[in-house]
Amino acid sequence: MAEFFAMGGYAAYVWPAYGLAALVLVGLLAATWKALHGAEATLKALEGSRPARRRPRRNDAAATPAAEVGEG
Amino acid sequence: MHRFANPARFQRLSAAILPWSAGATVVLLIVGLYLSLVGSPADYQQGNTVRIMYIHVPAAWMSLFVYVNMAIAAACGLVWKHPLADLFTKAAAPVGAGFTFICLVTGSLWGAPMWGTWWVWDARLTSVLILFFLYLGHMALVNAFDDPQRGLRAGNVLLLVGIVNVPIIKFSVEWWNTLHQPASVIRMGGPTIDGSMLVPLLVMALGFTSYFVTVVLLRLRTEIVQRKIQTLRLTASQG
Repeated sequence: MAEFFAMGGYAAYVWPAYGLAALVLVGLLAATWKALHGAEATLKALEGSRPARRRPRRNDAAATPAAEVGEG
Repeated sequence: MHRFANPARFQRLSAAILPWSAGATVVLLIVGLYLSLVGSPADYQQGNTVRIMYIHVPAAWMSLFVYVNMAIAAACGLVWKHPLADLFTKAAAPVGAGFTFICLVTGSLWGAPMWGTWWVWDARLTSVLILFFLYLGHMALVNAFDDPQRGLRAGNVLLLVGIVNVPIIKFSVEWWNTLHQPASVIRMGGPTIDGSMLVPLLVMALGFTSYFVTVVLLRLRTEIVQRKIQTLRLTASQG
């Protein structure tokens, strides 16, 4: 086991190499994940605070189709 | 291809792909790390420093692969104005920059004990450093504009101008006298590296690739959500 960690005397080079790669890749994934969840939470909050649309659209003969153009 | 320009369709597609790419990443990296650290021999000259290769080379391959993908997307964005192509370049840039950084630093950590130097301004190292600056420059440029579309377009032009660096990197070890060794894998006449080392190398490369797919899909999903947020805020302020 000690032999494995010693890496034939090159431990000071091999382990920082693997460590840095892990740090960068995991860090990037974590930042990505955090940004995605933050954005989704903001979107949910924004959609929740919007005024309710006229319902129902399909059965309401008086509903104008033009009102839906700007959505999505 | 324009079928996938529809954000809702992309969201469904990425939701279907993500569990598989994430799972593949985990499996491939675990197997790759085992092979790299335990299941492969030390080098007869380099000893265990050769294990750095299993991080350094796949990272280098990824830095070029990501850039080429971004440049193709940039061309699609400029020519066809495909919206997801533009967003892809923005999503992929930090991943490419990360791999290039890993390549440069692990290269130094390998070069210090083996070459006796942390750095040398030879053609390979210098051109990869330039690639790193191109990634950083792209990220800075895209974010420098108030209008996101103009920023993306400027970034696309930068990507296409910088594509000449990719063949320079690849052939630098042939065209110039470099301290960096010549190609051992992707070369005329096939790989000269032993199978016991080639297999961990390829597994790690596949693991890095599925990592790239996973992270870029996540970042693209974030971009789409942020676009929706912008639209909502715009209509709210106008309504």
